[in-house]
Amino acid sequence: MPTLTYRDALNQALREEMQRDPNVLLMGEEVGVYQGAYKVSRGLLEEFGPKRVVDTPIAELGFAGIGVGAAMGGLRPVVEFMTWNFALLALDQIVNSAAKMLYMSGGQIRIPIVFRGPSGAALQLGSQHSQAWESWIAHIPGLKVVAPATPADAKGLLKSAVRDNNPVIVLEGEMLYNLKGDVPDGEHIVPIGKAEIKREGSDVTLVCHSKTLTVAQKAADQLAEQNISAEVLDLRSLRPLDEAAILESIKKTNRAVVVEEGWPHAGIGAQVVDLIQRDAFDDLDAPVQRVTQADVPMPYNKFLERAAKASPEKVVAAARRVLYLE
Amino acid sequence: MTATARSPKDTAAPQTELHLKMLRQMLLIRRFEEKAAEAYALGKIGGFCHLYIGQEAVAVGALAALKDDDYVICSYREHGQALIKGISPNAVMAELFGKATGCSKGKGGSMHLFDAKKGFMGGHGIVGGHVPLGAGLAFASKYKGSDQVCVCFFGEAAVNIGAFHETLNMASVWKLPVIFLCENNRYGMGTAFERVAAVTDIVEHACSYDMAAELVDGMNALTVYDATRRAVERARKNSHPTLLEVRTYRFMGHSMSDPLHGVYRTKDEVEEQKARDPITHLAGKLKEDGVIDQAALDAIDAEIHAEVDAAVKFADESPEPDPDELYRDVLAD
Repeated sequence: MPTLTYRDALNQALREEMQRDPNVLLMGEEVGVYQGAYKVSRGLLEEFGPKRVVDTPIAELGFAGIGVGAAMGGLRPVVEFMTWNFALLALDQIVNSAAKMLYMSGGQIRIPIVFRGPSGAALQLGSQHSQAWESWIAHIPGLKVVAPATPADAKGLLKSAVRDNNPVIVLEGEMLYNLKGDVPDGEHIVPIGKAEIKREGSDVTLVCHSKTLTVAQKAADQLAEQNISAEVLDLRSLRPLDEAAILESIKKTNRAVVVEEGWPHAGIGAQVVDLIQRDAFDDLDAPVQRVTQADVPMPYNKFLERAAKASPEKVVAAARRVLYLE
Repeated sequence: MTATARSPKDTAAPQTELHLKMLRQMLLIRRFEEKAAEAYALGKIGGFCHLYIGQEAVAVGALAALKDDDYVICSYREHGQALIKGISPNAVMAELFGKATGCSKGKGGSMHLFDAKKGFMGGHGIVGGHVPLGAGLAFASKYKGSDQVCVCFFGEAAVNIGAFHETLNMASVWKLPVIFLCENNRYGMGTAFERVAAVTDIVEHACSYDMAAELVDGMNALTVYDATRRAVERARKNSHPTLLEVRTYRFMGHSMSDPLHGVYRTKDEVEEQKARDPITHLAGKLKEDGVIDQAALDAIDAEIHAEVDAAVKFADESPEPDPDELYRDVLAD
């Protein structure tokens, strides 16, 4: 199986979907001539031309809305945000137009659109460029939200997103774009709404998604050295959430730590914990622990930033707490 | 005159027919909205309900310049456009009543009327939020090589919104077949436009985006029709956008829950504007031209009254949505 970076896996998905369906187009800042701020769209302008690879001005609200309007008119736009931090400006279009159009039109108007781009912190970008968006977006009925952690999932989920007849949010990561992994050639589809066990274990479930998969995997390695067997469950989709997969894993391990990049208050982890306490109460041997970003705007200083982020050490400590080892 | 030449009456006939159609359409909106106001007062219609009374010439004049498959997208003051784009009074009234037979199955309400098959792409509730959607519909039309144009109606208050400026810029850069039709009724709810806008001649904004523009008398359906026709031609033939500033006036309060006048405008001003009633204006012209007399006008009005009464009865007697509708249409298959 070919090894690709996460960036090239996304590129491959876009290229294949644009080859497959002439109504798929890409629009956003720097996607064409500049080849993408993070080079995800490299080579697409050359292959598909400016009609289908559309460079936009820096006007997130406007071009997100034009994308939604184009979807109302029968196209399948992929709208790239240079980062989700800037998508805050487009939230009215994502929430009030894309997510609600089908419902408020009584089922008449579908919005098959993808909004994608990197979310969450990279390194020392400061508070306004370091925000994880999951819980904001996953709150909204009418949207689907995916957050792939590996190159293979990035390709498979983006292809599913483009083919979906609903607005789908694809949360990528600046720190993920260079990540390498095996990616199947051609038709590789990962269904939206399916979690995946990335590592089997029996003592505790580490629930994670996106960049926190790496954090959880490192934590699992460290726990293994302490003879603790951690299962790593990658959610992959945040709306819909694969509730069955979460409950299944808890049934086996009876303990859980939920890891996420976002802030703790009203986070994705809170949603997962709600599910577990309600539907897996009898399977639980300890209260579920959460590891999140510190409840502060992201600081610039690298030591403070490191302290703010979820880390393998924090996950190990949380896992030991649910195992009553400290 | 030779035998083959057409008489002046013959050349005037299609024009007269159009004028009569416009008069009838304006009356339909007026009577529909009066009934909606009554139904609102009786508690049959809930929430916000923004009436179009006074502005009828704008929707009627503009839509007369369109083909059936052209797109229309509106703000939340859209009952008039919905009716003229071809949604039946029954389906619009039933939607206001929240009934299953409404054009959005009772899930949209007054502000979210839709009929995609007729190219009526909605009433949208966030001021200015639908302006990019209108450009997006035009983008899709151009992308697919169709000759459909899009008319995007919005109020003057939307001109202060960022989405308006972002969209006009992109529509001009990408040469989209869209007509931005600003209905300047002078007040964003209770705030006079000149109190909150540095540039009060909205047409001037087109200069910033290198866009064609026209200032139009919105109390005259014929001038609105002519200006829109020019803009539609520009869009259809050359794929150029246009900004139309159509000056009009709302005879009612901002919504049914707002006062007609008071702190923000005087009763005298409203009365003065009512003297420019677009329906009286066109009816007067048609009478002057000898096309209709008062008896004919009364007959049309009676017919429309009956049509609107029937719509109220239909809405009243229609079923509420099935409880299962609550969870339908959240996601498409």
